[in-house]
Amino acid sequence: MLPQAHKEAAMNQHIMPKLNRRAFVIGATTAGAGLALGLDLPFGGPSVVRAADGSPEVNCWVVIRPDDTVVIRIARSEMGQGTLTGLAQLVAEELECDWSKVTTEFPTPGQSVARKRVWGDFSTGGSRGIRTSQDYVRKGGAAARMMLIQAAANDWKVPVSECKASSSVITHMPSGKTTTYGKVAEAAGKLEPPTDVKLKDPKDWTIAGKGLKRLDTSDKTTGKMVYGIDVKLPGMLNAAIKDCPVFGGKLKSFDEAKIASMKGVKKVVRVGDSAVAVVADTWWHAKTALDALPIVWDEGDNAKVSSETIAKWLAEGLDNAQPAYVGQQNGDVKAAIASAAKKVEAVYSYPYQNHATMEPMNATALYTADKCEVWCGTQNGEAAYAAALEASGLPPEKVDVHKMMLGGGFGRRGMTDYVRQAVAIAKQMPGTPIKLLWSREEDMQHGKYHPITQCKLTGAFDADNNLVGLHYRLSGQSILFSVRPEALQNGMDPAAFQGVAQSGEAAIGYTVPNLLVEHAMRNPHVPPGFWRGVNVNHNAIYLECFMDELAQAAGQDPLEFRRKLMGTHPKHLAVLNAVAEKIGWGTPAPQGVYRGIAQVMGYGSYVAGAAEISVTDGSKIKVHRIVASTDPGYVVNPAQVERQIAGSFVYGLSALFYGGCTVKDGRIEQTNFDTYNSMRINEMPKVESVMAPSGGFWGGVGEPTIGVAAPAVLNAYFAATGKRIRTFPLRNQNITFA
Amino acid sequence: MANLNINGKTINVDVEDDTPLLWAIRENVGLTGTKYGCGIAQCGACTVHIDGVAMRSCGVTVSEAAGKAITTIEGLGVNNALHKVQLAWIANDVPQCGYCQSGMIMAVAALLKENPKPTDQDIDDAITNICRCGTFQQVREAIHAAASA
Repeated sequence: MLPQAHKEAAMNQHIMPKLNRRAFVIGATTAGAGLALGLDLPFGGPSVVRAADGSPEVNCWVVIRPDDTVVIRIARSEMGQGTLTGLAQLVAEELECDWSKVTTEFPTPGQSVARKRVWGDFSTGGSRGIRTSQDYVRKGGAAARMMLIQAAANDWKVPVSECKASSSVITHMPSGKTTTYGKVAEAAGKLEPPTDVKLKDPKDWTIAGKGLKRLDTSDKTTGKMVYGIDVKLPGMLNAAIKDCPVFGGKLKSFDEAKIASMKGVKKVVRVGDSAVAVVADTWWHAKTALDALPIVWDEGDNAKVSSETIAKWLAEGLDNAQPAYVGQQNGDVKAAIASAAKKVEAVYSYPYQNHATMEPMNATALYTADKCEVWCGTQNGEAAYAAALEASGLPPEKVDVHKMMLGGGFGRRGMTDYVRQAVAIAKQMPGTPIKLLWSREEDMQHGKYHPITQCKLTGAFDADNNLVGLHYRLSGQSILFSVRPEALQNGMDPAAFQGVAQSGEAAIGYTVPNLLVEHAMRNPHVPPGFWRGVNVNHNAIYLECFMDELAQAAGQDPLEFRRKLMGTHPKHLAVLNAVAEKIGWGTPAPQGVYRGIAQVMGYGSYVAGAAEISVTDGSKIKVHRIVASTDPGYVVNPAQVERQIAGSFVYGLSALFYGGCTVKDGRIEQTNFDTYNSMRINEMPKVESVMAPSGGFWGGVGEPTIGVAAPAVLNAYFAATGKRIRTFPLRNQNITFA
Repeated sequence: MANLNINGKTINVDVEDDTPLLWAIRENVGLTGTKYGCGIAQCGACTVHIDGVAMRSCGVTVSEAAGKAITTIEGLGVNNALHKVQLAWIANDVPQCGYCQSGMIMAVAALLKENPKPTDQDIDDAITNICRCGTFQQVREAIHAAASA
C-alpha cells in the first residue's frame, strides 16, 4: 500500500507542470509548421526584412551586412555544448560564405512567434540541437546562397548558371566579374525564395565536418561574456528567494517587519503559494535580509518522506506481483527463468542527482502594464516565453524573452520555474527591472532531479551457458509523469526505457530469446527533470553492469559474451569493437591496471566506452584512461564532439563517485558543493575519442556517451577487486578517487 | 565603506565591512567577469588575485581586501593585450559554457607566476576549480601551452 505521503506526492506532481503543458501545447500545435520550415515560410519576399541594425535578411537564417559580415541566426541555445558553432557551420557550408566573417545572433522567441515560428523549435535538450534542425538550417543556407547568386546574375544580366559563389564572393565565370555577398544582399532579400533546394553531400563539406574553433571563445576568456547572472538594466533591483524546502509545501507566513530596516531592502514579496523573495538594491543585501527573515512554512505530509521511505516503496515495485508497464517483451521470460540451468539475479539502484550548473538559476524580468520582458539563460526560449506569458498574464505580442548565454544547462534550464518566479516578482513592482538569482543552496535544494530508480535483473542460462532469458524490472520515478504527462502512453512512460527499448533512438543492443523489460512506476514527491543522459544513465549502468555479471557467471570474457548477443545489432557492435581495439582488450594491461567495457544507444547515437583503472586498498580508484567511441551518423565539429565526450565522462563519473541527493524530512539534504562534490582536474582521466560516423542518420552528441561512463569504470572495478557495487554514489561505500 | 584597489584603480565602495569581495566586485564595482558559483570557497568561479595570490573572493571580506592589490579577469591583461593564459585558452579552445573559466584562468595565471613550468602533478595539486562541463583536458593542454609561450 502506498504511504499517505506518497499518495499526496503523486497529486503534488501537478504543481509545476502547468506551464510546461502550456509550452508543450504551443510546441505541439505548431510543430508541423516548424518541421516543414526551411522553404515554405517567409524567406524574404518582395519587401526586405531587416535586422535590428538595418541590414537585410536574405532569409530568416542569414543576414548580410554591407561590410560582408554574415550574421547567422541560431534558434537553439548555447550552454557549452557547441551547438551555436555547429549550426553556424552547417548554414555557412551551404551558404558558401567566408567563415572568418561569420557572427551569430539569437532571435527571440517573441519575434519567432510573431513570424509564425519561422525559426522553428528553440528547444535544446535531448541532444537535439543540431540533429533535429540540421535539415532546415542547411536549406536556409543553401536558399540564401541561391538568392545571392541570383541577385548578382540579375544585376549583371547574365544567366544564373554562369555564376558561382565561394567564400562570400560571386563570380561570373565567363567574364571573371566578381561581387560580394554584402553588395547584393539587399537585392537578394527582395527575391522570391527558391523552391528546389539541393543540399551538399556531407562528403563534400569544407566548413561543416571540420574541427573549427568555437565562435564564442574570446569573450569567455576575458570576462566579457554576458550570462543571465550578469544582466544589468537601468534602475534594476535584485531579488533573493526561498521556496518551501519541502517540495509541495506552502508558504504560511513571514515577518517582514524584522528585516524592513536592513540595509538596501526594498520589498518582501510572496511568490506563488510556496515562496518568498526579498528585493533589495544589491543581491548581497537581498540574500542577507532573506537569511534573517522569519518564515513559517506549511510543510505538509511530504515532510514525512525520506530516502528510506522512498527506497522501501521502490523496492516493493521490484516484486513481480506488483503492476508494471511493459516496455518490450519477446518469448516467455518467466518460463525461461523457471526452467533455467542457471539463474543470476541482482538488484541495483541509482539516486537523485542535481544538475548543479555552475551558474545558479536566475532570470531578470521587467513588467509594465503593457509589456513583459525577460532576460535569462534558457534551454528552450519558447518554453521560457510561454512561462513569461502565463506568469505575466499579458498577450503574446507584449511578451518577449532575451536569451542570454548559459552557465551550464545539462537539462536544468529546459525547465522554467525560475522564469515564472522572476516575472511573478516583477509583476509586484511594475516598471522596475528585477534580477532574481538563486543562491547555490536554493539551487541544490530546488532542482529538477535525475529520477530515482531501482532495478532487479534476472538472467537465465541453458546448460551450455547460453543466455536464454533476461528480465529487466525497473521500479521508480517517471520524468514525463511529472513534466509532460501528455506524453505518457496509457500511463506508461516510454522514455523510461531509454537504452533498453525494443527499437528507436535508444534501442537495446542485444538479442535475447526471452526478454521482458518493464517499469513499475513510483513517483515520489521530489520533482524529477531531464539530467544529461536522462534515463540512459541508470539503464546503462543496470544493464551493462549486469551483462558483466552474466559474463562472469557464464565464465566468459565480457566482450566476447556481449558480441555473441549482438549479431543483429551491427552499429552497436561496431562502436564496442572500436573501443575494444583501441584500449587493447585481449592484450595484457599495464601492471596493476584493469579494464571494463560497456555500450549503449541513446539519442540516436551508438556509443561504447572502455576504462583502465587501478585500485588501491580496495577503495581508491585511479582512472587512468578512457576510450569512448560514438557513431552519431554525422559529425559536424569533431573538436567539439571530443569535448562533449570527455565532458560527459566528467559529469557521469562525478555523479557516480560524489553525487547522490538524499531526502530527509521531505527535503534534499545536500546544499552546496561541499556536500555535492564534483570532479576536479586531478581526478580527470585521459579520454580518447573514436569517432565513427557511419552516415545515413543524425544522432545526438551531448548526452549519449555519459551512459557508458559509469558502467565502464564499475566493470573495471570488478575486474580489479572481484566486487560488484550496486548502489551509488561510491562515496557511500567509502570508495573514492585515488 | 572601503577603498578597494582593483585592476590598478582605487575605487571607493559603499558597503558593509563584512560584504564578500565577490559581491562588491560584481555589484558595486560592476565587474561581472568574476562569477558566483557557491559562496563557500569550494568551486573557484570567483577566483581573483589579491597581492598576486589566487583567492576565492566569496570568502574574503572587503575589509580584508582593502588596501591590497586586487586583480580580476578584466585586469589580467596588461596594456590592452591579453595575458598569455588567455591567449593559450583561445588557441586551445578551452571553454565550453565558460562560466567557470574566469576563475580557472585566474588560478592558472597565479600558478604560472609561481611555477612557470608546472608538471601535470603540479597542476593537479594547484588547480582545484570545479568545471561542470568537464573541459579539464583542454585546461591541462592550455596550461602547458601557456607555460611554453
